[in-house]
Amino acid sequence: MSTPVLEVSGLAYAYPDGHQALFGVDLHVHRGERVALLGPNGAGKTTLVLHINGILSAGAGTVAVSGLPVLKAHLSEIRRRVGIVFQDPDDQLFSATVRQDVAFGPANLGIRGAELDHRVLTALDQVGMADFVDRPPHHLSFGQRRRVAVATVLAMQPEILVLDEPSSNLDPASRRELADILRSLDVTVLMVTHDLPYALELCPRAVILSEGVVAADGATYDLMTDTELMTKHRLELPFGFDPTRIDGLTGHS
Amino acid sequence: MGAGHGHRLHYHGHSRIHRAQPHHKLVTLVAFMLVVVATPREWFPMFGVYLALVLTVIAISRVPFVYLAKRMVVEVPFVLFAILMPFIATGPQVDVLGISVSGPGLLAAWGLLAKGTIGVLASLTLAATTEPVDLLRGLERLRMPTLIVQIMGFMIRYLDVVTAEMGRMLTAMRSRGCDPKSPRHWPVLARSLGALFIRSYERGERVHLAMLSRGYTGTLPSSSSRGAQ
Repeated sequence: MSTPVLEVSGLAYAYPDGHQALFGVDLHVHRGERVALLGPNGAGKTTLVLHINGILSAGAGTVAVSGLPVLKAHLSEIRRRVGIVFQDPDDQLFSATVRQDVAFGPANLGIRGAELDHRVLTALDQVGMADFVDRPPHHLSFGQRRRVAVATVLAMQPEILVLDEPSSNLDPASRRELADILRSLDVTVLMVTHDLPYALELCPRAVILSEGVVAADGATYDLMTDTELMTKHRLELPFGFDPTRIDGLTGHS
Repeated sequence: MGAGHGHRLHYHGHSRIHRAQPHHKLVTLVAFMLVVVATPREWFPMFGVYLALVLTVIAISRVPFVYLAKRMVVEVPFVLFAILMPFIATGPQVDVLGISVSGPGLLAAWGLLAKGTIGVLASLTLAATTEPVDLLRGLERLRMPTLIVQIMGFMIRYLDVVTAEMGRMLTAMRSRGCDPKSPRHWPVLARSLGALFIRSYERGERVHLAMLSRGYTGTLPSSSSRGAQ
């Protein structure tokens, strides 16, 4: 098999205050996969995400992105390969115009001039926000800001897109628009979420992180229909939502 | 929710004043203010000329005068101080409308009031005719250190976010029967301002984290701060 885009093995981490968040996490994500990372609050999902692009460095174990280990020596290449979209778009969009925000990442990679403009417009086009290129981000609706936040990362042409709660605070229409966008992208996705229907809709595979370890890894449909497993890890389907009654799920045979 | 549209000081328009280069406007304003401040306050007619000049610019910019007048409330504390001056200052007394006041104090009050009003009005005109982003670009053209320009940029960007956050906190306080305006609740207000500060600080950290994740190494790429050409 080819080199996984993301390879986490035996990852353990304790915060400086002594609180241990991860106890040996193993996770492989291959090219083109869309994987949901599920787990109750405090399971260590965010901690794991911050290891993938080297914001936090492993206490034990290793993380590699397309074969390149996440180490101080190649942080800038790692951050190009891993695009993280944070939960609050206001944290990600800090510039005066959408264009400057989307250009920020690629410009940090040393891209200039026409190539930079091209990257910006392509990324905005992918999320359907090209008409807003010269607007200030804080004048956009929440759903639009979330999409621009995705574009700021796409402009770096990452190998893996990591989304932290992509559907949070979105109205149903924006939520569906974002789903359409994510499906249309030709990129590997790791999606951290509590929104189980969204995970089922977008990700054929899911991983349950619980108490700092991977508790389950399999087809999203199989995990969600395993009531015992779900209850054990404090995962609950929304009222009235029944995966067995949905036709044509991605990756569900 | 979401931030308000346009900046509170900016008045949208397409006049010649609006279209002028921001760095030209900045230099003109600073030069004009230096001249106004340097003018001895006894040269009464000159201040009329200055005022006429500012009013002419406002007329060309087509910003309604009422729009600017409302925003001149920032000058109120200075006006109060100026009104007090003739009563507090010492020196030969003169009679004005039957009240005996200090002559030098009256002159100082006039100077403060005239220079202050012209200054505030001219600055508001600049703010009304120039988008904050263009002002920053103007400052950059004038070789203001980029670090300071960047900090000012972040301030403009997050002003609305922090204001909205404070608004939500105040609403939540009111919903629980607290009146932030009453002095009895000032301690609560002070604590919530403390909380706001912490939240803003933490947001700063999250923004930094998001920047690091996109390869930020400590200097903003010039192309990203220059923006659309």
